[in-house]
Amino acid sequence: MKLSSKDLLGIKELTKDEIILILNTASGFKDVLKRDIKKVPALRGKTAVNLFFEPSTRTRTSFELAEKRLSLDVLNLSVTTSSVVKGESLIDTALNVQALGSDFMVIRHSSSGAPHLISRHINASVINGGDGINEHPTQALLDAFTIKEKTGRIEGLKVAIVGDILHSRVAKSNIYLLTKFGAEVRLIGPPTLVPRELEKLGVRVFHDMDSGLDGVNVVMVLRIQMERQGRGFFPSTLEYSKNWGLTSERFFKADMDAIVMHPGPMNRGLEVASDVADGPRSVILEQVTNGLAVRMAVMYLLAGERE
Amino acid sequence: MNILIKNGHIVDPSQNIDGIGDVLIEKGKIKEISIKGSKAQRVKGSDTLTLGRSDTREIDASGLYVLPGLIDMHTHLREPGYEYKETIKTGTMAAVKGGFTTVCSMPNTNPVNDNSSVTDFIIRKAIQEGACTVYPIGALTKGQKGEELAEIGIMFSEGCVAFSDDGMPVMSSLIMRRALEYTKAFNVPIISHCEDINLSEGGVMNEGLLSLTLGLKGIPSEAEEIIISRDIALAKLTGGKLHIAHISTEGSVRIIRDAKERGINVTAETCPHYFSITEKNVGGYNTNAKVNPPLRTQKDVDAIKQGLKDGAIDVIATDHAPHHKDEKLREFDHAPSGISGLETAISLSLNLVHEGVLTIQQLVGKMAMNPAKILGLNKGTLTAGADADIVIVDINKEFKVDVERFVSKGKNTPFDGRVLKGMPVMTVCKGKIYE
Repeated sequence: MKLSSKDLLGIKELTKDEIILILNTASGFKDVLKRDIKKVPALRGKTAVNLFFEPSTRTRTSFELAEKRLSLDVLNLSVTTSSVVKGESLIDTALNVQALGSDFMVIRHSSSGAPHLISRHINASVINGGDGINEHPTQALLDAFTIKEKTGRIEGLKVAIVGDILHSRVAKSNIYLLTKFGAEVRLIGPPTLVPRELEKLGVRVFHDMDSGLDGVNVVMVLRIQMERQGRGFFPSTLEYSKNWGLTSERFFKADMDAIVMHPGPMNRGLEVASDVADGPRSVILEQVTNGLAVRMAVMYLLAGERE
Repeated sequence: MNILIKNGHIVDPSQNIDGIGDVLIEKGKIKEISIKGSKAQRVKGSDTLTLGRSDTREIDASGLYVLPGLIDMHTHLREPGYEYKETIKTGTMAAVKGGFTTVCSMPNTNPVNDNSSVTDFIIRKAIQEGACTVYPIGALTKGQKGEELAEIGIMFSEGCVAFSDDGMPVMSSLIMRRALEYTKAFNVPIISHCEDINLSEGGVMNEGLLSLTLGLKGIPSEAEEIIISRDIALAKLTGGKLHIAHISTEGSVRIIRDAKERGINVTAETCPHYFSITEKNVGGYNTNAKVNPPLRTQKDVDAIKQGLKDGAIDVIATDHAPHHKDEKLREFDHAPSGISGLETAISLSLNLVHEGVLTIQQLVGKMAMNPAKILGLNKGTLTAGADADIVIVDINKEFKVDVERFVSKGKNTPFDGRVLKGMPVMTVCKGKIYE
């Protein structure tokens, strides 16, 4: 089986079978990453460009290392500080990068749909590394990989996503993925950040943390974006934390074997208490490791699709 | 040259004419109309008109509709300042291709048309290069900043037919009140772009499930409805002449209908895209479907049609907003709003006739007679002595929209490739023929 598209633009665009294919492939790469020599020659001679229009350390680093593990030649471009300032259009920037001979373009951009726009104008495989408030597909894939690894399944699980759903591309991609697999998804947070309209996607919305967490198998905590403060979404981080911060007391509401996830970077003591983040049920650092395997799998499969 | 248009189906609601007949044009004016058969509908002269002189061109309009030239009271001609998007020349050429003989140019040019020298420039340029009549709309406030009234009286005497801060909604209720009061001195309408920019901040499409799943910031219908309600309240307070631009929501139709029932002096327009397509066209981040106010839902489309049918909405205007191709080839967030509308408006509107929403008489009312009435123009009619502004329409001819064949510089339309039914075959502006 192959992926049907040259690009990975979002989870929305993937079928359940394609997601299973990616997760199974990632499993193989995870074994590779446990070896003493972690590099495979799979994509030797090919080039990946990480085109980041928005500051990012963790996603870019993860992609970069995944690319290097696959023996790709890697180029990192932070465009916020170069061409865009000089007025170059997004398409021109992408065309110039393609002219350098890139086979993969990982795009992160503050505008939703930017990778989609680029993908229509270039031949290289476009991988969405996070666009605006739309999607962050590789994050959802690595989350699914982690959940499956820890609990053995996704179907039928109760998964709570807590925080700023409205502005979270991580949450959006996770909603699409988890509902495709038949998980019960609960969104928890203040009404200003968790629109009821989302229930039309087959999820449940909670504004009360205790009832939302009741009996869940997975708690995904989202980062509170400090820049939202003072914009009227919530009065203060202190008040947010008191109502929707994941403390160990609240975590008791979840299933006894529940796991805690966070896409990072964490604001300790705000959205998640340190004793939970560092506790025995936390899989936060494993998410980071799995990110490598999943991103390797995505690139490997997209390259296969093109041959 | 004189023109005789023969055997066309003449529809002119301003004179209650609806029948087969002839129109004679002399020296750029309507000379005479004759309707066959029904005596009641015969306007003047005998059953058929004949050629008087040899320099008369005879046009056979059998099987075609002969209508008063259309008037677009909401056009962005972009000149001065944005000639790369459109000029007075290309915009008016697009207008006549679309059956319009009069367009009213919005003031958000560069410089803004907020003083009489810009007004004068537009009028002169239109006389020199324009294919049809251009009436400028002046800015309501200096620089369209919403702070101080522009020199409305001077611009009015220079030829502005309405005043508007289109695209830059007046957020101060006090300024809007003053504007509605002050313009009573000239009996000139204020055209209000209704949008609460605090509520719509950052929004690029209709707010709803689709905006959530595309990850685009939404603009709720209420951003439009709040300011319509405010302006109607101020119209009631002041007795000023208020015209609501480009309404897009079910709630807006309801609010305006209610205001009219209460006898408030308000008129309203919508645009073809608001009764033809929905927000779904934004899917795939199609920037050619990015417009302000945004495309809404089917429920809104249905309500707009109902509003046109029952008279809550008086006018169909284009909000022709041409942009350069490069500007639309951008991230959805950063692409400018607007649809190039002059060349598809009549066809999309005729669809309402085919669907039975409007009669052809009502359509002529919305696109010619009512705009003339609201703006106080002696146009939109085929009365003897009026300017010979006429459009001849084949309401059944099908064609495929092809932006490459647009006369307008703006190729930005979500209707490219669509098959539409009904198109103008000839436009006559003050006796000058475009075919």
